[in-house]
Amino acid sequence: MLRRLASLPVVLLCVVTITFFLIRLSPGGPFDSERKLPAAIEQQLLSKYKLDGPIIRQYTSYLGDLIHGDLRLSTKYRNRSVNEILAQTLPVTLTLGATALLIAITAGVWLGAFAASRPGSLAEGGALAVTLLSISLPSFVLGPLLILLFSIKLAWLPVGGWGTPQQLLLPAVTLAIPYAAVIARLLHDSLRETLAEDFVRTARAKGLSEYAVVYRHALRVAILPVVSYLGPLAANLLTGSIVVETIFHIPGAGGFFVNSILNRDGFLLGGVVIVYCLLLMLFNLLVDLSYRFLDRRIQG
Amino acid sequence: MKHHLPLPLPKGASLPALILLGMSLSVVLGPLLFPSSYDLPGALTYSPPTLAHPCGTDLNGRDLLLRILNGGRISLLVGICGATISLLIGTTYGLIAGSARGSIDNSMMRVVDVLYSVPRLIFILIFINAFNERLQVAANNHGWEWLVGSSRLVILILSLGVIEWLTMARIVRGQTLTLRERSYVAAARVLGEGYWTILWRHLLPNLAGIVLVYLTLAIPSVIIDEAFLSFLGLGVQAPQSSWGSLLAEGAASINPLKGAWWMLLFPSIVLLTTLLALYSVGDSLRRSIGAKNR
Repeated sequence: MLRRLASLPVVLLCVVTITFFLIRLSPGGPFDSERKLPAAIEQQLLSKYKLDGPIIRQYTSYLGDLIHGDLRLSTKYRNRSVNEILAQTLPVTLTLGATALLIAITAGVWLGAFAASRPGSLAEGGALAVTLLSISLPSFVLGPLLILLFSIKLAWLPVGGWGTPQQLLLPAVTLAIPYAAVIARLLHDSLRETLAEDFVRTARAKGLSEYAVVYRHALRVAILPVVSYLGPLAANLLTGSIVVETIFHIPGAGGFFVNSILNRDGFLLGGVVIVYCLLLMLFNLLVDLSYRFLDRRIQG
Repeated sequence: MKHHLPLPLPKGASLPALILLGMSLSVVLGPLLFPSSYDLPGALTYSPPTLAHPCGTDLNGRDLLLRILNGGRISLLVGICGATISLLIGTTYGLIAGSARGSIDNSMMRVVDVLYSVPRLIFILIFINAFNERLQVAANNHGWEWLVGSSRLVILILSLGVIEWLTMARIVRGQTLTLRERSYVAAARVLGEGYWTILWRHLLPNLAGIVLVYLTLAIPSVIIDEAFLSFLGLGVQAPQSSWGSLLAEGAASINPLKGAWWMLLFPSIVLLTTLLALYSVGDSLRRSIGAKNR
């Protein structure tokens, strides 16, 4: 565990380095436009945004700023710092992501347990078919279709925007559905295996109800593959939220990320990537801890 | 225990396999059947589906069905090539890790774990945009004309292959760990065959089945990734289009004022059908091999 904690800064440094050089070594600067700027002004801009001097010096000074928690200035949204932009947009993205995570886990675990506790039945086959369909429905297909149905044809929910619970519902569901299906399939497979084990037979022999057998005994063991999937899931949700934010016009960090690529806004791009990676690594650490906790309780 | 591809196809896989065959044929041959005016801007813009234009027309009056078929060429090409690249990387990586065992294996798999939990697609986005112009400059300098127009596509395929190999590496590594304990591998070792010969002659042929099964599961993932990038306008670029960029256009053309629902619905149906067919073929192949494992 301590070794994992120690590897965190190393991975983060790799992320920062790769991002920085990918951005800085790509042709074309942030101030290239149709009209060539006078040399003196360009020089002044470059020095204001600390983009002058040899590349290695730029890199070390960027690292220095990062250590102090300064993500620097955006080159597109003049006079706004990356910290400011992220402070406004990140809570939006995280709310969306956390809601989707909650929906994915709840729906996935329920559907997986539902299917696995009815082996060989029509209900199991149906549930598995639904999950296969949902996995094939990426958010950029599902999102616009849900808008077409619920917002335009039925006019039950708003088309997009942010601020009310109604506006959160469609995007969160859009983001969650494919991953709920993945969780359901994972849980279904592992629960089917667990239900065939001896301790489950013992529990049944004691005369426990089917509900208690599945949800109190078997699920505790069978949930482990789902727990270890939470890390990759969070990464997928964060990536997926970029497209969901675009579809539903949500003012989150994802939209700024796409724009920062198009605008060659290097420090904003770097800031988003670094913060995303840091969040994911911390989340993974938490998942790791809880996995160990669950695992020990099972062994004990 | 050889992992041959289960032929004939397992129960439940023949219908999706037929759909896939039909989809590939119509994507490859279909566009040849259309009159050439269908791909040009016409006067009939945003026409709902009619007999002449079964899927309607787009903003510029081009036939949507033809655009979907042409987009399918790109989507399927990216899917197949990208997945093949991921297969090569993943198999090599997994084979080395599984046969080396010990601390090399441990650290190689740790790298896979870390990569799993990093938003890889985000790095690929930066990568594509950083290297596309360079590749174009290089292509111009060397006179590689074919590359100039499709440099973005080439880079897209390469980079998607580079991010989708993780699952393949895990599967191959796990399989290698069990295969290398088999008696025929021990026999080969006793006979004095070298490390690479054993890998090539004994391990790799026995991995072929499971690798092909996971290839059918990797293709839809790559297609989804490509569509994701193109949807954001950062993947395939005009004049080329893929299912992802068609979906982006479709999503942009639905709003309460002009409900061009066909622009969204038909690309969605085609993409959904293809993904569903690929996943079901892969899934039933995986299950039939898994059943043999036990």
